[in-house]
Amino acid sequence: MDRQGNTYTFLYASVMVIVVATVLAFVAEALNPIQKKNEEEAKMIDILKSVNIESTTANVAEKYEQYIGENVYIVNFEGERQDVKPQAAFNIDLSKEVRKPLSDRQYPVFECHLDNGEVKYILPVRGKGLWGPIWGYVALNDDKNTIFGATFDHKGETPGLGAEISTDAFQQQFKGKTIFDNGDLVSVDVVKGGVPDDAPHGVDAISGGTITSQGLDAMLEDYFNGYEAFLKK
Amino acid sequence: MSSEKEPLFSSKNLKLLTTPLGAQNPITVQVLGICSALAVTAKLEPSIVMSLSVVFVLVFSNLIVSLLRNTIPSRIRIIVQLTVVASLVILVDQILKAFAYEVSKQLSVFVGLIITNCIIMGRLEAFALGNKPWPAVLDGFGNAAGYGLILVIVGFVRELFGTGNLTFPGIGEVQIVPDIVYEWGYVDNGLMILPPMALITVGIIIWVQRSKNKDLVDIS
Repeated sequence: MDRQGNTYTFLYASVMVIVVATVLAFVAEALNPIQKKNEEEAKMIDILKSVNIESTTANVAEKYEQYIGENVYIVNFEGERQDVKPQAAFNIDLSKEVRKPLSDRQYPVFECHLDNGEVKYILPVRGKGLWGPIWGYVALNDDKNTIFGATFDHKGETPGLGAEISTDAFQQQFKGKTIFDNGDLVSVDVVKGGVPDDAPHGVDAISGGTITSQGLDAMLEDYFNGYEAFLKK
Repeated sequence: MSSEKEPLFSSKNLKLLTTPLGAQNPITVQVLGICSALAVTAKLEPSIVMSLSVVFVLVFSNLIVSLLRNTIPSRIRIIVQLTVVASLVILVDQILKAFAYEVSKQLSVFVGLIITNCIIMGRLEAFALGNKPWPAVLDGFGNAAGYGLILVIVGFVRELFGTGNLTFPGIGEVQIVPDIVYEWGYVDNGLMILPPMALITVGIIIWVQRSKNKDLVDIS
């Protein structure tokens, strides 16, 4: 066959596309369960990290079962608990929820029972950074006001700048901050230029990561507003 | 075809492997792949993983294109090459997500950007299309290693002077500059983390290399 002819070219392109599509589809399908498991484990690690429980991929399933287990549920904007299975609540995709208006979203709550009997409420949050989504988990004490711990992560913020939101140094600042002031929701502000250590509702923003910091600030305010009814109960 | 079988690592083949590390380095001499060299080198770990990914993609795309070289219709050869490269990159991305989830999260966008790395298309066009599979593999490995070498050097310099730490794959962050040095008044240079310093670091490497090897100096 003429190697430069149209028929050959079309045939070649078609065969190539079919072969490539088959190979990639096969690989994606084959690896999908492992990737899903990785994602779930990473999520569990993040959730537990917000209450200062360190875990690794090896033991996270066990620890998650021990501290949280079935105590996962969904509340709506009015703060009413919805009748949903724990697994379904765990699988709520915040990237979809975050696009809905506040009043239509489903709000997952992870209730964590620590060894000393204390109960912590872990709330997932999600928002926008500079380059892509940022998300995290904020754990509140049982007064539903004081932050016990927080962890944040991001898809593609600039390493060394916005990406610093995923470092311990940044996240530690949130400990002990309160989100209500005399019963009014004030959230936690991420302040450029810094705040005194004892400021009740503010943390220091990241130098060079202003837009990421602002995104984080907006994300917290957005989600605390969504959870407000639940938190006031 | 010569009746005598050429040894796998003949001096001609070895040259394919070694010249891209120095005199024909893709980044410092051919000035290819600069964009990703600037983007991923803020820390050492992504630099290393990125280099390994590029080695994988370039070796296999060179091999595949070289095997197919007599069948590819010349009018759509760029599209064919691009398809091969894109498939391999997706493969790397999927495998990283399955077996090195942590690293894949860090590299996120950068892995996809391997597709746009000019070195890969450059080597396919310039070498794999006209050579047998084995030299093509060596050429791919050599060029990817030459790229990786610069990436690792730049990543090392930037992270060390930018944060005082180094991150290694599998180990994590290690503090290199001891606390006592900070107590003496040493301050990390935050500018090193920003993209301009990658350009300047690469520039310094080019300067050092050319001052040692006068053949590379272009006086036109």
